[in-house]
Amino acid sequence: MLATSDALATTEVDTPRSRRPQLTPMLLLAPAFIMLAIFIGWPVVQMIVMSFQEYGRAQIFGADPEFIALGNYTKVLTDPTFWAVLGRSVALAAVCVVATMVLGMAIAVMMTKLGKVMRTVVSVGLLLAWAMPALTATIVWGWIFDTSYGLVNWLMTKLTGDNWFGHSWLIDPLSFFGVAAIIIIWGAIPFVALSLYAGLTQVPSEVLEAASLDGANGWRRFVNVTFPYIRSIVIVVLILQIIWDLRVFAQIYALQTIGGIREQTNTIGVYIYTESMASGRLGTGGAISVILVAILLAISAYYIRLTLRNED
Amino acid sequence: MKGSLLSRSLLNVAAVIVFVCSVFPVYWMVNTSMLPGAKIKSTTPSFLPESLNFANYATALGDGFIPAMWMSLAVTGLTLVTALVFAFMAALALSRFTFRSRKSLIVAVLVIQMVPAEALIISMFRLLDGWHLVNTVLGLSAVYIAMVLPFTIWTLRGFVQGVPADLEEAAQIDGCSKAGAFWRITFPLLAPGLVSTGIFAFIQAWNEFVFALVIMTREESQTLPIWLRSFLQATKATDWSVVMAGSTLMALPVVIFFLIVQGRMTSSMTSGAVKG
Repeated sequence: MLATSDALATTEVDTPRSRRPQLTPMLLLAPAFIMLAIFIGWPVVQMIVMSFQEYGRAQIFGADPEFIALGNYTKVLTDPTFWAVLGRSVALAAVCVVATMVLGMAIAVMMTKLGKVMRTVVSVGLLLAWAMPALTATIVWGWIFDTSYGLVNWLMTKLTGDNWFGHSWLIDPLSFFGVAAIIIIWGAIPFVALSLYAGLTQVPSEVLEAASLDGANGWRRFVNVTFPYIRSIVIVVLILQIIWDLRVFAQIYALQTIGGIREQTNTIGVYIYTESMASGRLGTGGAISVILVAILLAISAYYIRLTLRNED
Repeated sequence: MKGSLLSRSLLNVAAVIVFVCSVFPVYWMVNTSMLPGAKIKSTTPSFLPESLNFANYATALGDGFIPAMWMSLAVTGLTLVTALVFAFMAALALSRFTFRSRKSLIVAVLVIQMVPAEALIISMFRLLDGWHLVNTVLGLSAVYIAMVLPFTIWTLRGFVQGVPADLEEAAQIDGCSKAGAFWRITFPLLAPGLVSTGIFAFIQAWNEFVFALVIMTREESQTLPIWLRSFLQATKATDWSVVMAGSTLMALPVVIFFLIVQGRMTSSMTSGAVKG
């Protein structure tokens, strides 16, 4: 209460930039930042420190870690497994991000043109898909693609006339990732479609009408009028999709539990987990994590620069 | 927008396709959960449940669902409430005060999203272990709160900025106190933002699986995702119909929460509009 009245006082005075640190915003920020410092900041610092140390099972049980400079990084970067895993992750993420963005945008545009009833039907469908936990979704899709009694094998047998029963979709890495991509895209579309739809409803209709009076067709109106309005939302959603898809974990991990050969289907998220947790090699696990963050930072550098400029 | 009858109906067909594709796996889960165990091993799938058969639900329920559900509810509830309060305070500070950390916050949000959680688990486990918080609701919630905070602060900040401070000033001219103006004018307008941010926090905490797996080591402190996974492994040949019943039970609270929240969201938006 006290905080809010102070907040109002500041807006009234409307100083462009405070000269000395104010107590109220600091107090308001304190709980969130203490939580973040303890539970994210400290583990991240430890992860970075361990990436420069020989840190394995012995160290977990109390031996002193030894500083080995870039040892872990050279080990990781000269390991062909790492490159295979990285390549796989990038390819999977690329397919998923492109498909999710294109389909999500198409659905969002479609929703703006639908009548009220159909729009509600579509958004309820999207919400149901969104509400489904990644783990549950993976299990259900795993059942749909089940080797013995799966719906897909039944459908393929009906359609092609060949016998598909007993066909395992998860054994072959390529079709494993096909199934994984379907699960990831299906799970991500609701967030993208609903966010973009929310953005599209903000586009003033007068501007669109003016453009169509000037003779702009649907596509030109979208590119020249609508898109500039929603560009910032599109970029945020795109960056988040890249980040989330590149470090996808639950779907791949659960799908590997149902079927599939781990070594040939690991993505970078699962690889970090197996390095750190199952093998206890925290040093190399930390190094891979740092490399992944560096890659993601490089991808989003443009966006970060843009945000910093816009916030001035 | 005018459109011919043909393009209208094509549009509606597309909408139906989107709906069916979104909902089919959900339907298939519920459908399978009603099948008797023997029926599942059939070369022709049954597209409709022949009868409402809840035997699989009884099996799943009798196998540890209830304690896991309470655990999940406790962790999710604590995460949701605390994260919303903390994020709201931070969002207020970041949008109604002018100082530098705004920019760094936005960057921090993105960077935190990039750090693979899988690499932090051991450090987090040790931290919690040192404070005797392993296997506790408080411990897991603390981790979840920290994980959802950046995104919730970020989203809420956008919503707070969307409410013009003039509205409050106008109310003060009409005789409201400063705090009264905030709670009567700004807060209702922020309700949709709190709701959608809440949805995000709820889904994250309810569905999270890796941290729960490592931090909640005791069987009696399992959350629902861990319970569901142990189910998959315990039964050697997967009993799909029971697993689907379990999955349905786990998804049900989320669907109920969404339905409640949907109504709130529209009503708070309309009430906000009337007041504005």
